[in-house]
Parts: sequence; C-alpha cells; structure tokens
Amino acid sequence: MASQLQITVNGKRYRVEAAPDTPLLYVLRNELNLNGPKFGCGLAQCGACTVHLGDRAVRSCVTPVSSVRSPVTTLEGLGTREKPHPLQQAFIDEQAAQCGYCINGMIMTAAALIKRTPRPGEAQIREALAGNLCRCGTHMRILRAVRRVARA
Amino acid sequence: MTTATISRRRFLTGGGALIVTFSLPLELGAQTSTPPERLAQYAWIDSWLAVGGDGRVTVFTGKVELGTGVETALSQIVAEELDVPVARIAIVQGDTARTPDQGYTVGSKTIDQGGPQLRQAAAEARQALLEMAAARLGAPGERLVVKDGVVSAREEPSKRVTYAELIGGQRFNRAVTKTAKPKSPAGYTVVGTAAPRVDIPGKVTGTHTYVHDLRLPGMLQGRVVRPAAIGATLESVDEGSLGGLPGVVKVVRTGNFVGVVCEREEQAIRAARELKVAWKDGPALSEMKELYQTMRGARTTDRALLTVGDVGPALAIAAKSLHATYEWPFQMHASIGPSCAVADVRDGKATVWCASQGVFGLRDSLAELLGLAPDNVRLVFAEAAGCYGHNGADDVAADAALLSQAVGRPVRVQWMRHDEHGWEPKGPSMVMQVRGGLDAQGRVVAWDYEVWTPTHSTRPRSEAGNTLAGQLTGRAIKAGLSGGDRNAKYGYVFPNGRVVVHWLPRAALRPSALRGLGAPQNSFANESFMDELAAAAGADPVQFRLRHLTDSRAIAVVEAAALLARWETRPSPKPGAASRPVATGRGIAYVQYENENAYVAMVAEVAVDRRTGAVRVTRAWIAHDCGLVINPDGVRNQIEGNVIQTISRTLKEEVKFDRARVTSLDWRSYPILTFAEAPDEVEIVLVNRPDQRPVGAGEPAACPVPAAIANAIFDATGTRVRTVPFTPERIKAALDAVTRA
Repeated sequence: MASQLQITVNGKRYRVEAAPDTPLLYVLRNELNLNGPKFGCGLAQCGACTVHLGDRAVRSCVTPVSSVRSPVTTLEGLGTREKPHPLQQAFIDEQAAQCGYCINGMIMTAAALIKRTPRPGEAQIREALAGNLCRCGTHMRILRAVRRVARA
Repeated sequence: MTTATISRRRFLTGGGALIVTFSLPLELGAQTSTPPERLAQYAWIDSWLAVGGDGRVTVFTGKVELGTGVETALSQIVAEELDVPVARIAIVQGDTARTPDQGYTVGSKTIDQGGPQLRQAAAEARQALLEMAAARLGAPGERLVVKDGVVSAREEPSKRVTYAELIGGQRFNRAVTKTAKPKSPAGYTVVGTAAPRVDIPGKVTGTHTYVHDLRLPGMLQGRVVRPAAIGATLESVDEGSLGGLPGVVKVVRTGNFVGVVCEREEQAIRAARELKVAWKDGPALSEMKELYQTMRGARTTDRALLTVGDVGPALAIAAKSLHATYEWPFQMHASIGPSCAVADVRDGKATVWCASQGVFGLRDSLAELLGLAPDNVRLVFAEAAGCYGHNGADDVAADAALLSQAVGRPVRVQWMRHDEHGWEPKGPSMVMQVRGGLDAQGRVVAWDYEVWTPTHSTRPRSEAGNTLAGQLTGRAIKAGLSGGDRNAKYGYVFPNGRVVVHWLPRAALRPSALRGLGAPQNSFANESFMDELAAAAGADPVQFRLRHLTDSRAIAVVEAAALLARWETRPSPKPGAASRPVATGRGIAYVQYENENAYVAMVAEVAVDRRTGAVRVTRAWIAHDCGLVINPDGVRNQIEGNVIQTISRTLKEEVKFDRARVTSLDWRSYPILTFAEAPDEVEIVLVNRPDQRPVGAGEPAACPVPAAIANAIFDATGTRVRTVPFTPERIKAALDAVTRA
C-alpha cells in the first residue's frame, strides 16, 4: 500500500507517496521529475540509474525507497549547466558521450570514487567503472574525462 | 533454419507463429534519402529552415540524432552556408507533421545524403537574404558581406541589417531553385572544425530530454507481456491474478498481444510480472548448436555479385590453394536504455513520440495497426539510447500506440531489460566460405567467396506486420533480401574472382539491421582469409595487401595505419611467440565500406593468455578516410565507438537461444566489453580529403575490427580462429588442439 515517506534529494526535503518497496529510481524520475538517473536494467547490472546516498554510489533501480536514510544526490544535484561539477565539465571538455544514456552512471560513479580516493590511478578508475556499461563504445573518452579530474 | 515447417497456407492466414518467417524477394533496397515522390513537397526553402524574430535559425530535417552527433554536424553545415553561429541553430528532427521526409537515418548516410539537401536550402536562403538586404541597403549584392547573421556593405559597414530584420518570423515563400551555389570547401570556416556537440552539456547534467523523459498530462504507464516462447499463441489471460494490485487501469489483449496499463510505472512493472497468462507453444526453433550446419543445408536464393575471369580452372592450377569457413553468431543491439515510446491515441487521431530511425515509414505502419488514416497519425522523433540499427524502437512505438488506443489516454511504455534482450530484432548469424589460390610468386590468382545469410532488414516501411505488435495481432513480416551481401565483394584486384550470396529465406530469430549489417561479418571473412593467404605465401600482411591494391586512397590508409602502429615488416606468426604464457601479436585489416564509401585500415595489438584463453585488445590504430570531414572530433568519436563496440562483438557476444526462446536475457547472459577490458589506447589518423564527397563514418570503422583481432591472435599464437566470438573457452580449445596436434 502507498505510504507517506520523507526523503532528502539534492538538498531539499520531499514528502512522497509510494509503496515502500518502490525502487528509488521511479520516485526520483516520476514523482520528482529528475531525469538524470535512467532505467537501464532494473537488475543493478549496468549502472545507468546510479545516484549517491550520502557519499556512496548506489543503484537506485534496486534500492527500495523506504530503505533510504541518507540524503540522495542525483546528477542534477551534482552540478548544473551553469555551474557544472568538475567531472561534468571534464565530460564536456573531452566530448565524452555519444547517446549519453549511460553517462549519468559514469559521472555519479566516478564522482563517488574521487570523493573517496581523490587521486585514483588508472586501475582504480577502471575498477570503479567496471560495473558501468556503455554500448556506444565511449570508454576511451570517459576514461580520459575521469583522468582529467583525477590528475587535476 | 527453423526445424518446424510453416505451411504457405498458415503463412497467408496469419497467426502467432509468423515471427520466424517472412516472404521471399520483394527487393526494396535501403531507402536512406528523400523518397522521389515526396521531393516536390519540399521544394520550398520554408520546408527546410526558418529565421525567427530573434535571429535564431530553425532547421527542419527528417534525419535524426541517434547519438552519433549528426545534430551538431548538420548544424555546422547550415551555419557554414548561412554565416550564423552554430549556437544560433536549432534542429527539429523527424516529425511527420513538421519536417521533410528524408528517408531513414541509417547506413552512415546522414551527412552524405541528408547533408546536401540542407546545404542547398541554406545556400538558397542566404541568396534570398542577400537579395533582400541589397534592396534594403541600396547596395549591390556583390558588395555585401555576412557575419553572424548580419549583412553589411563591405565598404560602408554602418549600412547593416540582420537576418531577423529581413525576414524574422516570416516565410521565404521561395522555391529551392538549385541556382544558389553553396560555398567551396576551400573557404569553410565552420565545416571541418571540431565544433563541440550541442547535446553533450544537457546529457551530462540531466537536462537533455530523451523519449524516456517525456511526461504528458494524464499519462499512464504501460508494460507488455510477451509470449512465453517465440511464435507461441495466447490461450488465456487470468485477470484475477492481479487481485488487489493497486493502480491497474486495464489489461489489454488483442490477438496474441498482451499488455497492462497502470497509473504508476512500478505498478505496471509489477502487474506485467504477476499477470498469469497461458500460452501454447509455437513451432520449435532451430537447435542452436546446429545453427551453422542448418544454414549451410538450407534451400537458398543464390545471386552472383561478381564474376571476374574463371575461378575454377585458376584454382585448379594454382601453386597453392587454401579454403576456410568463417562463422558469425546472432548478436543484439543491446541498447543501454530499453526501448521506450509515448503514445496519445484518442478521438480517431494518434500522436506517437518514439526513437524510430524512420518516422514516416513507421507512421504508415502504425496507421494500419490502429486502423486510422495515415493523415491522422503523427510521429515525432525523440532521442533514445543509441540503437545501432533496427532495435526495439519501432516495436515499442506500436506497443504504446495499441495500449493508448485501448484506454484512450496517453500511455508511456518502456521495455524491461528482458523484453529488450529477448525481443529486439537480432543481427543475424552468417556463414562465409572462401577458397583462394596463389601463384608461385605468392600473388592471389583466384578468390571464390560464398556467404550464407538471411536478410538484414525487416524494418517497418509502411506495414504493421514488421512490428512485434503487428505480428502478435496476426500480420506477417514483409521484407526483401538486403544487407547480408554488404562488403561480400573483396576490395582487391585479382585476375579471377567470384562472389556469391546464398540468401536464406528465414532466420531462427527475427533478423534486422545491426550496425554495418553484413559488412563486419563479410569483412571478417575476407580480411582473415587475406591474412591466411599472406601466411601461406610467407609474406608480410601489409605488403601482401599493398601488392593487390591499386586504389590510391586504399593504399594511403593501409600505409597510414601501418605507420601509426610502427608496423614491423615480417610474416605472421611472430617467431618464438608460442613459448610465452601471454603471447602478444599484431594484425591488420583493410576495408572500403560498401566497396564504395569510406576507406579504413586498422592494426590491432592483442595479448592472449595461453593458460585461460583470454584475449585482450591492448591497442588499436586506425587510419580513416571518409572524404571531406565535417567535424573531426565527431568522426573520431564515431571511430572509437565502432572500434570498442566491435571489439565487444568479436570477443564476447553471442545471442543464445533454446528451442523456444532467446535465453540471453540480461547483461550476465549477454556480456559486453567492460572498462577493465577496454584497450589501453586507440589511436586514429584521419585522412581529410576536402575535395571528396563526405561519406558516412557511423559504421565503416566497425568492419576491419574482427579480422584485425583474428589476425593478431594468429600472429601471437600461430592459431587461426574463424568463429566469433573469441571467448576464452573457444580460444583455449583452439590453442590446446594445436598443441595436441
């Protein structure tokens, strides 16, 4: 049954109505109109739905909304067109997208990595992104963009 | 290839089993530019562009952004001709109510075939604007200059007028006369520059609107419930199984089509999962392990593509002759975002937002499906995740349309991952067989090539039966034979040659266009076999290719790739490589896409772990000539993408199926290349030829990849692999077999 839940997203508190087992992804997208996180698989296999819970990158497609205790940050909360996060700027500078559907996951995963490990090496970057799938084959550019911030 | 036979009668009367079969030749050919009968409709400048009161230029194009950057490249073309900044251009793409029909966005043809129409329209608009400015400023046209949409007199810069002042918000009302001369490439300042992609800032900040992100007032969420087996027919739907599930608006059932419509997305997902549906199995699919054998044994329609000299006698007297068979499995588009569409069907009218590569063809298909006149159906393109060909984008549009029609409200449908993997059309399996002969000097004297392939295109071109929903509601697929012959013809000069296509009438799984269609597969066979002949001749693979090339652009890319890779001239395999646990090697392949478009040569470096059979492509070097380059960074992005995606296809990808259904239903059962497996480096050299027609870059670089990898594995290990994918198990088995022998 639907219940009233409170979550903090991108610094704002929201009261949402949803069944407790509803994946966070659908609440973010459909109740809060946040399009950054994307539905890719619903199985935590591809990373397109990645958001931050506190400082942790998690898969919102398998995270029940009722389990969310920490503040949520989405791609929109990371930075904006006017004030982009350094990773968002690096992805623009490296032109690191084709269709761009996976890019939310790439940026959110890399942002969590860099917060945890400010100067990650190549192997750490590749390992951190190992669970994020890109089908356009933009891997080399995505790696360049993350390196650009990791070495800044 | 299906073991069950479907009678002609059943075929004609329709039924759920028809997914796996389709009618024989009705040659359609890929339609990639404006259909001739529609040309007259778009004879006006106003069909193509408009200048707003704010000076912004709106361009109307039937070509669409599939993630390849054409929105930016087409903007550059218009910006160049009109002398306005790229940032002032907005592109309206693929809307049956607003844009010209420029055919399908396929085959790397957008710049080549869509670009010239926009270039000409922009040139005509500029000429018209100059004439207006001349009258307004009282200065002769030849004295006028344009910069950033401002026309001024060269000698009197104070005499100036903007495009917006001249025509802002009004129609040109002038025909495209073809008298305006577009600029000469020598004077280009926008075309040829690495203009940043217009869509990337929005894509990295979550503000770009994909079709998945559209929300209409009163919109409901739908999900489809696919048959339990391919070709299964519906026996019953137990609506009671949804019991007290909240939010269920309707269970929709039409023929074998089943879907649910709910208030909220998570409700629709749950309802689709919990709905109890009984299916009756259709005819059994082919036994997967006998796939290639079945293809070789099928009755085919044979076409000779090329006959030079007389291969039979030439092979008989050759100093050395070889033969080899290559196999390529079913593969999928595997878009990261499952297909999605939003439809609003009510009061006898329909509007459908979707990511189709051809909204005009699909408009007619959906009109048939919905029982509406095409004039009452509007399709609007909205970008989705990259499709790489005919994926589920058209099918989901049909799903959304049927569900919306059933409830009379707007419905959004996104496929689940298992829907996408299980039901998107697949790039079909192929078998290639080559026989070749060398003379005593090590030159190729005969080349005899055969390919077994079904069609690679079953796109909806006006018929509902080419969508899943159409098939599930009793219509049959109609398709010609196309795509499997792409790049079957070799790209060299041989005295005797024959190339034959054996068209298969059906495929085990619904086939359609996957990036490059048959070109990567045929190029895999052609360029692997070229390498096998080089080894038999004891020749260096680069030198051996150059010996059989006469086209200077072909020679240039082969030499450029070799130079970039610091190619060491020697025959393969590499001496002494066999002794190391991790063997490294390099291989080259060269392809001219479709035998008439872009030239690409690639060198791959691989590391093969003999203990596990794991292959990693460590480096790739590519030389690419696609004529005039519109946006060099855009071309590089496409090349990198083609290379990485095709490394994935070559090393990892194979759609698995049992006798009833596809069993590769998620990313575990259909793995693709990960970041850990991506190369250390991909280096590209673009051969820019401003004097040559700009041909597409969306597919060509995929073609040399598989053979470059196979040739590198041979160089590293002395073992030749001829069946894709090169999985660790398969490589290990091949290496062990050689060791045993």
